[in-house]
Amino acid sequence: MMAELLVIVLKVLVVLAAFLLLPLLVGQLEHKAMAHMQSRLGPMYAGGFHGWAQLVADGVKFVQKGEVVPAAADRAVYQLAPAVALLPYLLVLAVVPVGPGAVASTLDLGLFFALAVTGIGVVGMLMAAWASANKYSLIGGLRGAAQLLAYELPLVLAAVSPAMAAGTLSLTGIVQAWRPWWLLWQLPAAVVFFVAGLAEIRRPPFDMPIADSELVFGYLTEYSGLRFALFILAEYAGIVVISALTAVLFLGGWKGPLLPGPVWTLIKVIALSFVVIWLRVTYPRLREDQLQKLAWLGLVPVALAQLALTGVVAVAVAS
Amino acid sequence: MSPGRAGAGGGLARGLAITLRTMSRRSATRQYPDVPPDLPPRSRGVIALFEENCTVCMLCARECPDWCIYIDSHKETVPAREEGARARQRNVLDRFAIDFALCMYCGICIEACPFDALFWSPEFEYAEYDIRELTHEKDRLREWMWTVPAPPPLDPGAETPKELAAAHKAAEKLAAAAQAAPPRAQDAHAQARDAHAQARDAQEPQEGNA
Repeated sequence: MMAELLVIVLKVLVVLAAFLLLPLLVGQLEHKAMAHMQSRLGPMYAGGFHGWAQLVADGVKFVQKGEVVPAAADRAVYQLAPAVALLPYLLVLAVVPVGPGAVASTLDLGLFFALAVTGIGVVGMLMAAWASANKYSLIGGLRGAAQLLAYELPLVLAAVSPAMAAGTLSLTGIVQAWRPWWLLWQLPAAVVFFVAGLAEIRRPPFDMPIADSELVFGYLTEYSGLRFALFILAEYAGIVVISALTAVLFLGGWKGPLLPGPVWTLIKVIALSFVVIWLRVTYPRLREDQLQKLAWLGLVPVALAQLALTGVVAVAVAS
Repeated sequence: MSPGRAGAGGGLARGLAITLRTMSRRSATRQYPDVPPDLPPRSRGVIALFEENCTVCMLCARECPDWCIYIDSHKETVPAREEGARARQRNVLDRFAIDFALCMYCGICIEACPFDALFWSPEFEYAEYDIRELTHEKDRLREWMWTVPAPPPLDPGAETPKELAAAHKAAEKLAAAAQAAPPRAQDAHAQARDAHAQARDAQEPQEGNA
């Protein structure tokens, strides 16, 4: 009994550490990679060596800043929103397997759980948008809601494809069933999942809800200090989660030659995070109508076609 | 490239290639306070005063378009060097100041100075918190002299500087005079004139300079 409790505590601690460290790592990667892609250097001073402590310095700065709650804001909802936006990603990380059997919480419905919980992050955004009592926040929130409606569908349809191929909803089971040739077979689903995931976490080029040139800062307009920092952390945690889910569903998770499993998982997650940043630097923000068009006319049909293909091949292989 | 030619995918891939290529190259950032900038020769940073050359002729102050040069001086009497000669007077510089808050770095004072007392220096880090501190007095202007670089070499094919051309000419004249040696005293004058013409022919390209 005691040992079991200890294992649970240990698992929670590891997940928490990963949850706090990986987004920082991705954030720093974004600072530097984006800077060099724009022929800049990025942070160079904080911490001495190439600004490695920049995000620590940012965190300290955010903590020092005052919390301003607008007079007309719905105080409780306004203050709760960052937590609602951040926590789902922590919960998702708990079901992502990093190695054979190395998963914080074994769930047979892992994929279902991950997708369901990721959707909650959007609720946090809607809470922030509505409770801020600010027209820019509200427009940003409505855009976010429309985006969620459009992109949740291709996201789920694309995620179903590997689940169908593996015959299980367990993330560990999907990785175990994964074979290298799935890379080609599941490629359209992987692309759709990744793009829809980007839209789900509102990363550029899908950052219409934030659109700083149109909406000040969208649903984040009124936030400051630690709560703003939590939203930013949620964004980077979202990158980690989407990258991890893509790696587990489509890239074979911990599978890879030579190196141990968890290292492969980490490599894949970091590489996908880099792609997220790369896309952000390369492409301009989509217009609202382009955003909807891409989801309904592009991603959903591709995901459906992939589902049909997966079904046919799965039946053919089984028989 | 128009998106139609390579299709949407081609354009998207090109975009990704551009950002990746930029990332693999050296960034354009100059890390200025840590790494001093690489300034071109003849950079106009600050004006230095070579006080020893200044004769208080006031030409710089009068040519200055925004009147940012302040000069004060007095006269000193130099006693006669020889018995019975007249005592002479010379100017002594008391104050020479340039107000860099007014200066527009046109360099006209430096062009105007006939005695090579003013120079450009590439130093530019002399910002101040108080605008009055930007008026550099003569000791400070003299200190800038140490930062004045040697003049850059002339461009290939440039005209020989006046001083050099004159020296060359004098030397050639002497050589010509020595060559036409057997001295016939009464013809010396004519000989010198011939040598002069020879030297001029030799220096035809620099004629305008002579």
